[in-house]
Amino acid sequence: MAWRNLGFRHGLRLRRWRVAAALGVALAMAGGLAGVMAAAPSLWIALEKDGVHDPRNPGLAQLQQPAEALAPLPRDTAGNQVRWVEALDSGAIQPRANLWTTAQVRTLDQDLIIAKYGSMPAVKFPHRQHTLWLDCENCHNALFKDKAGATKFSMTAILNGEQCGVCHGAVSFPLTECNRCHSVPNESLPRSAAR
Amino acid sequence: MRGGASIALVLTLLCGAAPTALHAEYGDVIINKRSDKEGVRPVVFPHWFHRIRYRCKVCHQELGFKMRAGANDVLMADIVDGKFCGMCHNEQIAWGPQRCDLCHSGLPGTPSGIIGGPQTSGPGRW
Repeated sequence: MAWRNLGFRHGLRLRRWRVAAALGVALAMAGGLAGVMAAAPSLWIALEKDGVHDPRNPGLAQLQQPAEALAPLPRDTAGNQVRWVEALDSGAIQPRANLWTTAQVRTLDQDLIIAKYGSMPAVKFPHRQHTLWLDCENCHNALFKDKAGATKFSMTAILNGEQCGVCHGAVSFPLTECNRCHSVPNESLPRSAAR
Repeated sequence: MRGGASIALVLTLLCGAAPTALHAEYGDVIINKRSDKEGVRPVVFPHWFHRIRYRCKVCHQELGFKMRAGANDVLMADIVDGKFCGMCHNEQIAWGPQRCDLCHSGLPGTPSGIIGGPQTSGPGRW
């Protein structure tokens, strides 16, 4: 009888512990959900709360808030939460391409396929989207040689902020978005394209 | 019971704290090469604000800003002389260099760097 009683008491304690743990998980989920919901009204943190701007700076009130500028633009899931090229193409933003009218504005509509036939799909590099923003000189020939195939690419270098990583991971969409660059299935390419 | 409660507390803190982590906007550059030493707030340069109005090539080609964050050595004297930021921040296109607080708006002590946003911590080399 005493043994059974002990067993029962032990079972009860175990069950209590389980209830407490389940309650804990539920509470934690609710806490997390509340945190997400609290952040949900805006994808962008107000300047005075971003941990970088000084809230005591009297000039802060005169600066534009990210949410005000970015909310009307095409939505993304990474970086600034803005599809910047789409914002350009749709006319949602019309940024100037030069300051002096004498400065030449150069664009190029040409896609490059960079195929290594590895485990990842091949990379399609679109010159058009890049030259909408940048001048040829921004990449050539310091970051990349201007001859197709002459530059050896390295994902390690890119992740370390070299090559594409000078911008991607800093201002343009981050390196978490693998498939935006690695977008061409290797099977769709003629094998002769291998370099 | 006490063990369960403490696990619950830890989980609540972990899950509840994560979404409230502080981040400036993706691409914001903190420039503090000299600010702290000179007794002014560090500069916060917002890429998002500028790219709505100017394409990258305007500053990184016409104005001569190098692409890599941290590679540019810009002095207030240059800006007053109309170079770098001073090409626009001249009271004609944008506010002039006498409006210190508007650019020098960062928290004192914030180290130079570029904010990579919530998913990446920015380029590996600064």
